[in-house]
Parts: sequence; C-alpha cells; structure tokens
Amino acid sequence: MTQLPLRAQLASALGRSAATLSRMTGRGDGSVIGGRVGLMLEPDLLRKLARDRKLALVSATNGKTTTTRLITSALLELGEVATNAFGANMPAGHVSALSQHKGAPYGVLEVDEKYLPEVLDTTGAGVVCLMNLSRDQMDRAAEIWLLAQKWRRALSGRPTHVIANCDDPLVTWGASTAAQVTWVAGGQRWKEDSWCCPECGGPLDRKDADWACRECTFHRPEPHWVLDDDAVLDPRGQRWLLDIQLPGLANRSNAVMALAVAETFGLPVDRALPRLREVTSVAGRYTTVQRDGRHARLLLAKNPAGWLEAFDVSDPRQPIILSVNAQGPDGRDTSWLWDVDYRILRGRPVFVTGERRLDLALRLDVADVPFALCESFSEALAMQPPGPVDVIANYTAFQQIRSEFGRAV
Amino acid sequence: MPSDSALRIVWIYPDLLSTYGDQGNVLVLEQRAQRRGIATETVHVRSADPVPETGDIYLIGGGEDRPQILAAERLRRDGGLRSAIGRGAAMLAVCAGYQIMGSTFGGEEGQPVDGLGLLDIASSRGPARAVGELVAEVDSALGLPTLTGFENHMGVTRLGPGARPLSRTIKGVGNGDGFEGCYAGHVVGTYLHGPALARNPALADLLLGWIVGELAPLDDTRYEQLRQERLGAVLSA
Repeated sequence: MTQLPLRAQLASALGRSAATLSRMTGRGDGSVIGGRVGLMLEPDLLRKLARDRKLALVSATNGKTTTTRLITSALLELGEVATNAFGANMPAGHVSALSQHKGAPYGVLEVDEKYLPEVLDTTGAGVVCLMNLSRDQMDRAAEIWLLAQKWRRALSGRPTHVIANCDDPLVTWGASTAAQVTWVAGGQRWKEDSWCCPECGGPLDRKDADWACRECTFHRPEPHWVLDDDAVLDPRGQRWLLDIQLPGLANRSNAVMALAVAETFGLPVDRALPRLREVTSVAGRYTTVQRDGRHARLLLAKNPAGWLEAFDVSDPRQPIILSVNAQGPDGRDTSWLWDVDYRILRGRPVFVTGERRLDLALRLDVADVPFALCESFSEALAMQPPGPVDVIANYTAFQQIRSEFGRAV
Repeated sequence: MPSDSALRIVWIYPDLLSTYGDQGNVLVLEQRAQRRGIATETVHVRSADPVPETGDIYLIGGGEDRPQILAAERLRRDGGLRSAIGRGAAMLAVCAGYQIMGSTFGGEEGQPVDGLGLLDIASSRGPARAVGELVAEVDSALGLPTLTGFENHMGVTRLGPGARPLSRTIKGVGNGDGFEGCYAGHVVGTYLHGPALARNPALADLLLGWIVGELAPLDDTRYEQLRQERLGAVLSA
C-alpha cells in the first residue's frame, strides 16, 4: 500500500478516535461518526483510502450485510480485509471501515442501493455484487425501477466485473451494461416486483427459473453459477454441497454469490466454502438469545421480500413473536405490512409487539391470524413456555431487542 | 348487485401499480363484505390482460412514474374500465391510479401524459415530494369520519366542476390546494396510498354500500384502535 497523504492520515486518525469515543460512551458502534469526522476534514478521503486495494461492493434490497460478511470471511483466506460489518453502508461507513484496516489489501463494502453509483465512482471498485431488488419502505427508499436505471448508467463504460443474480429480472437489467458480468442463478422467492419487463414494460413470461419478455428480446442470461437447493454448480459444472450454518434458501443464495465473488479474487471454491461454513450469525441476525429458559432466535425482516425469507427460516412448530416499528430507518409508513402474506402463520401461537403493533394487529386480523397483543418484547417473551421461540422484527425493533441482550451478535 | 352472484372486486394492474401495500384495499373490502355474509370474487387483472366490464368495485393503486405511464396507455386502449364505470360500478383510485383517472398527469420529466378522463381532474408534477401522515375532514355530504392515512407523491391535482373534493386537509398536502382527493358518481380518488381502506373502514363501506345497499354494522375494534392511535400521534405532533 502506498502511504496516504498527511491530511488524509490525520483525517483518518481523528475519525478513528471519534469512533472509539462513540463506542466507549455507548452511543453506537462508531462506524458512522468516525467516517463523518474523517470526511469533514478530508472530503476526498474515501477515494484516497480505496486506492491500491482490491475492492468488492455489495448491494441489493435484502441480504447485503450477510453477503458482505460471507465474502469477507472467504477473503480472509487471502489476507487482511477491510469491511463495514455492521451495516453502516453509506460513504461515512465506508471511510470508517477502510480507516480501521489501513493496511488491508482487500476490502468488502456493503453499499446502500442508492449510493452505489457514487461509491463505485469514488472508489473505482473492481468488483460489484448485485443480488436482488424489491419494494422497500417507499418513504425512505428509492423506486426500484429508477434505481436499476441508475445502476445501468453507473456501470456503463467501466472495467468493473459484476457478479449478478440473473433470476431477478430487474437486477439483470441493472447489471447488463457492465463490461463483464458473471451471472449467478441465485433464485428469486419474491416475484411481485418483476412481472413486467424492465426494458420495455411488456409482460415477462416465466417457466420454472427461466424468464423472457413476451414483447422484446430481453431474457434471462445463461447462468455461470447455479444454486441447486442445498448445493451449487460452479462454472465448470462441478457440484458442491453448501452445508452452511446460516439457515434458509436466501442464505444459500447469498453463499453462492459470495463464492462467485471469491473466485474473481482468485480464491477457488474448495478454499472459500469452508470459510463460509464458519459463519453462524451476522450482526445479531439468526443468533439465539436466552432468558429464563426461553431460547429466542432473532430474525430480521425489513420489507415484504425479507419477511418471506424469514418465514422460510422460521420453524412452523414453534411460537413466534413479531415486532414492528416505524422509525426513520424502518420507514415511517407501514403500508408494506399489507404486501406480506401472513396467512402462513395460521395455527401457530403468534405474539405481536413493537411501536406499531396496532398496524400489525389489524393486518393479522384481516388475514384471519389469531394473535396476542403485547406491550413489550419482554412481556411477549415472558408469555412463552420454556424452550425455543422465533422472533421476526424490522430494523429498529430488531436493534432494540438486540440491545436488551447486550447487542447480541 | 344481483343477489345470486358474488360481489366482484377487480384489482387493476397489480403488476404495474401496487407498490405501496395496495393489496390492503382488496383484503379490507373482501373482509368487510365476507363478515357480513356477502360472498366475494376477486380478479387480479395483469396489464397484458383485458379489464373485465362486469366488476362491481374496481381498485387501482400507486406506483412509479414509468409503470404509471404504461398503465395509462393500456387502460386507454382497453376501454373495459370506462364501460364498467359507465354502468355504475364503484372505483377507488389511489395515488398514481388517481392521477391516471384525470385528463392529464405529469410524467418522469414532468411532461404531460394523457389520462383516461374518468374524473374531471388534471394533475401535474409539484415542486416537492409530499411524504407523511395525512389527516382530513371528509365532505359532509358523504357523512364519513375523519380521513387518516399516509401520502407519498409529487403530484398536484386540480379539480374541475365535475368532481367534488373528498376532504379538506388538516395535516398533509393531498391535492395541493387544501383539499385531498375527489369523488364523482361512484368513483373516489385519493392520495392516501396503499391500504387507505385499512385506516378508513368507513370509506370501504361507502364503496360497498354503493353496490349492495344498506350494510350491517361490524365490530371495528381493531380498526378503531389503529385510527385513534394514528390520529392521536399525528395531531399531537
């Protein structure tokens, strides 16, 4: 690594001090404040910190934090990796991540979907991993068709190597202007945002995993990597049993994306896969916390596609606690609850809490799902018999529960 | 509505316009009809398919600029919705779907795009996005309680003499002139997006009543709890 200019060194060091202070005073994990301080002193800090490293950017509506973690775990096989492990996925978080690992030759950065063009431009990252695009809380997130259009413009005319999920038509469209694309058949459970062709607006015909526009030539590209239930077929046709510890189909998909990214860094499957198998939880997701004989497994779901994935992971034999808030990071609008099909919960003991529990209560009532309304997560947990219970919460509700257990990881 | 058939609910173009939980309006209508012993039959009409003319209640939702323009083009070509409304069918048109019902609306770059002309309104792109909770007092002629919901749009809508304002805004932007939404005949348009009927069950009953006549009362505890909590939170803020 070449030496940073003095001003950038100072900015980076002061940012790290601010981050440490933030952690020591219990205000957060410091990844945002540190980066902000650094950027204030040296606006070009991200570009300078990114220089001379091999970087992968990871973006999607869902699975960004987990996939970033999986890629990072794999690349540790090659050497030190800088990463924003806690989901601070805007430029301040990137500055903070790269400052903390100044000597790391590799970087894996989770990037907010809207910020991808800017961060790609600033860092000149060589690899971009794109997994899925689906409706998110619309008062805070960008409209996804528009977002894919911005990705197209950002990738066009660059040497970037994109790893993209070709089972998601909008992601395929967003990635297809890139000079080099490795297509991964990673699956797509939530299809409600891709019935129309992103290119011309015509209807998309689907047959099994395949899709094609009825009115123009836009169609699913031939995948190089294929997720096949619990295994992956690599580009040479070799089949590998994934056998990862993170649960659910969505995580197997994330793992295949991670293997494809790892290969662009020169890391073959036989070296990357054992690293992916070591990951058991990601920033509190999928972790199990204990209280008075209750074992609560924490699942994060922020939007309709995320809830579908959480239901897939959740054990239908167990009771379930649902917690929903509508603070800024969650989206202040709870309309999205109506896009989630809660009927799958019929027959399970369901407990509803969170700051917007009344929105969820009406939603469940209309879906004919019986439930108990609880004032707090503690009350909901105390109502459980000893043993396992699943918890699905959206962003700030999840963080509140996590902090009750000492920011469980 | 003939007594021997189910109430037909037609959801127009969920593949293009259903970004904001618009399915909620379908589910609330179904629930409120079924709990009164009225059978329902719901048709989801994708944009490549014809819009049936024989529905009782039509719903159209919100979406991005490009799908909105595509939906307007297809509905103009299709003609099914126009025939249905001409027959006296009811409709709730939300957000992008509301704008489409007028003579014109603003496209991605603000360019005027032709609507269907089923409501005497004209919309254009406003200076800023209106995002947040909305509270409004409904036109007294309709006898409905306070309207509550969430808006997220850039549209400004002006009403012609053929449409009456649905409500007067207390909080929020709505049409952009102190009013929110409009109605004419059995057609209601509103910027309250997504599950507007979940927050306003009386509006759902207005649509149902237009088709089936007098409605038996329901236990609306869950709806009322949510309404009171939201109205309290928004009006005290």
